[in-house]
Amino acid sequence: MAAKAAAAPVAELTGPLAGLKEKFGEAVKPGDFEGVVINHDRLVEVATYIRDELGYDYLTSVTGVDYLAQNEMEVVYHVLNTRAGGAPLVFKARTPRENAVVPSLITVWPGADFQEREAWDLLGIKFEGHPYLKRILMWEGFSGHPLRKDWKEAYYEQDVKPFDSRWPGGHHRRAEDRVPYADNVNFPADFDPTVYTAQADAAVYERFKNYEVDERGQFVPKEAVKDENGNGKFQEYLETDELVVNLGPQHPSTHGVFRMVVALDGEKIMHLEPVMGYLHRNHEKIGERNTYIQNMPFTDRLDYLSSMSNNFGYALAVEKLMKVTPPERAEYIRVIMAELTRICNHVWAIGFLLNDLGAFFTPALYAIEERELILDLFEAVSGSRMMCNYFRFGGVARDLPVGWLETCRELVFNRLPKKVDELDYFLSENEIIRARCEGSGVLTGDDAVKYSTAGPVLRASGVAYDVRRAEPYSIYERFEFDVAVRNHGDVYDRYLIRLDEVRQSLRILQQALNQIPEKGEIQAGKKQYSARVPAGQAYGRVEGPKGELGFYVVSDGTANPYRYHIRAPSFINLTALGPMSVGQKIADAVIILGSIDIVLGETDR
Amino acid sequence: MSQAEPFPNDPMVPPELSSNVFISTIDKFYNWGRKRSMWPMMFGLACCAIEMICVAAGRYDLARFGAELMRPSPRQADLMIVSGTVTKKMVPTIVRLYNQMPEPKYVLSMGACATSGGPFKEGYNVVSGIDKFLPVDVYVPGCPPKPEALLQGLLKLFEKIEKQSIRDVAWYRKTAIEAVPVPVLGPDLIDMRRAMEIREMSQSPVEPAADPAQA
Repeated sequence: MAAKAAAAPVAELTGPLAGLKEKFGEAVKPGDFEGVVINHDRLVEVATYIRDELGYDYLTSVTGVDYLAQNEMEVVYHVLNTRAGGAPLVFKARTPRENAVVPSLITVWPGADFQEREAWDLLGIKFEGHPYLKRILMWEGFSGHPLRKDWKEAYYEQDVKPFDSRWPGGHHRRAEDRVPYADNVNFPADFDPTVYTAQADAAVYERFKNYEVDERGQFVPKEAVKDENGNGKFQEYLETDELVVNLGPQHPSTHGVFRMVVALDGEKIMHLEPVMGYLHRNHEKIGERNTYIQNMPFTDRLDYLSSMSNNFGYALAVEKLMKVTPPERAEYIRVIMAELTRICNHVWAIGFLLNDLGAFFTPALYAIEERELILDLFEAVSGSRMMCNYFRFGGVARDLPVGWLETCRELVFNRLPKKVDELDYFLSENEIIRARCEGSGVLTGDDAVKYSTAGPVLRASGVAYDVRRAEPYSIYERFEFDVAVRNHGDVYDRYLIRLDEVRQSLRILQQALNQIPEKGEIQAGKKQYSARVPAGQAYGRVEGPKGELGFYVVSDGTANPYRYHIRAPSFINLTALGPMSVGQKIADAVIILGSIDIVLGETDR
Repeated sequence: MSQAEPFPNDPMVPPELSSNVFISTIDKFYNWGRKRSMWPMMFGLACCAIEMICVAAGRYDLARFGAELMRPSPRQADLMIVSGTVTKKMVPTIVRLYNQMPEPKYVLSMGACATSGGPFKEGYNVVSGIDKFLPVDVYVPGCPPKPEALLQGLLKLFEKIEKQSIRDVAWYRKTAIEAVPVPVLGPDLIDMRRAMEIREMSQSPVEPAADPAQA
């Protein structure tokens, strides 16, 4: 459990890491954490060895940490073994802050794509060899890399909270009154907006410059103009113009403010470029100013459909550092909340996948009805329908109200199983659903691992990887349940697996509701206004409804996290969207996106 | 539309037609029709959009107020519910969508973020409220507002519409209504209405006035 898995400095490399030292000598050094530091000259080589020889086939998280005092940037990698399970292997590469460069690992793990772009965007770390190292959350042309410790936002007041003006000062001025432009903006010196040319959109379309007009006047990819026989590759198609179409950021089927730029040949997708960041709310920058406990309500707003699950992940990461274990009753409450959240999320996802398929709102109404009943339970314990802010380090915020368990039992034992069967009965064999979903957006198991997809997307491709089994957290090892797996990797399987997972969640819930102690503590130790977190670093992860949700927290022993990073499944799952959609019809791109089930709060953070 | 106190200039309705004809003001008819067929734009920004969807669903049933017909196209929409955090990257699109909506159009700012930036106000990519760019008719507080609160906001908007008169609303005047200039994504968000000011300020930055309370 949390406390046992806490990171301890290793002086000597043991276990699988011993071989690394032997093979690569001085290029691999033990770090002051549970892992190794790799010299960036040989990073690709060592990473390939880690993947091929040590069996860590899945790159789960890539992020950077800015150590201002040491004048150093660190890139932190967490890799997993999807076959053997277990804790992630951590390795790091270090580079000076000025002109920070490390080699890109996109050739070793293609799932590094978006995460490396994010690290470039927010921390200014260059990844040499990345084919398209452009900003991903901010726009091209934005000045500065916001997560660098010396970068200050327009409304900057102080490095960390609570700000002196509020406490103990008790006097607060409107941010607008404090700053030169009287708004949340800052411009470089001598900036002239009247002659400025925006680059934001040009950078998005840059990738489409790989297209050119061939001798027949067609807009075709450069490398595909001629095949080995000298024939035009697309000549079997009708003489159509290739067309670049924007879906979003305002589009009813992008589930929020997500944008897909697609190049179309007729109705067929030739290239798909996801564009995101339209809901980038600077979660990490704000998180590093906040105290530990202040971040809890912010995690609610990540994946706003499953706030309890987000709370869980963050609580686990900080508990690893604090070395506390919640009491028995609190553990059960946590599991119950997390599984209810999963049901909530999956019925919603199914409802809205049907929306995308054109069955507008009727199936969604059935799904929302069940979700509302679960939200009532959440509201009863936490006071809020969506933003629960219910978990605390070492427990939960308050005990269950009288009668809550009875209502929950009624729902879990009697109502929900029937309603899942009902959804299944009405939808699964529907001819239109099968015709549209079967065989579209296929993602093979190998590709799913390669692109670092997680959760239902990964498991629908036949990879039985579930954090609850691979590295059990909380009390999941006590429950009997199956890891839902489907093998075709198409949209239909990604729909079916959500039904399977709801059924497994109900199984867990039924056991938890039978076993939960009637009375007991819900908080380890006493409630604290400010958590005391020892220096160190921890990666806490849970199997969220969208996939592996990880929180990487670096503490320097003060009241605020030094680095706070979220491994967001919605964000990383989108890596596979392009490869899944190319060659499909444009209408199918919509359901492929629906079957990934993204939430923009988490994608853009 | 009571006939209890007819205006002196009202034409007389013959008694045999009194159950078929009734007389009112144009304003009343316009406003009644407008508020009972308010088509919101299907436009979700963040967490609040989920509550907005819940309002449209069975339990809260937006259809009771004639506003269930969410339109994905701004050309067919009367009401923009700004449901969530307005980011700098998104605001050019929002302004463009607003400009594309035909008159009469209304804006409802849903939740703390759309109103002021909310919990994310200090963020470098967050606009401190949609009212920096668009005229807002109703603000609904909450993070997110409960569905009941959104319905209340809608009813407040109806109250506002009831008070409008075709004589003085902007969209029945001869002068054209100017579109809101679309902001540009530069080194930071450029509000084009302030372009000249920004140019001057960036050449010689002016410190804001000192805190009066500190002095």
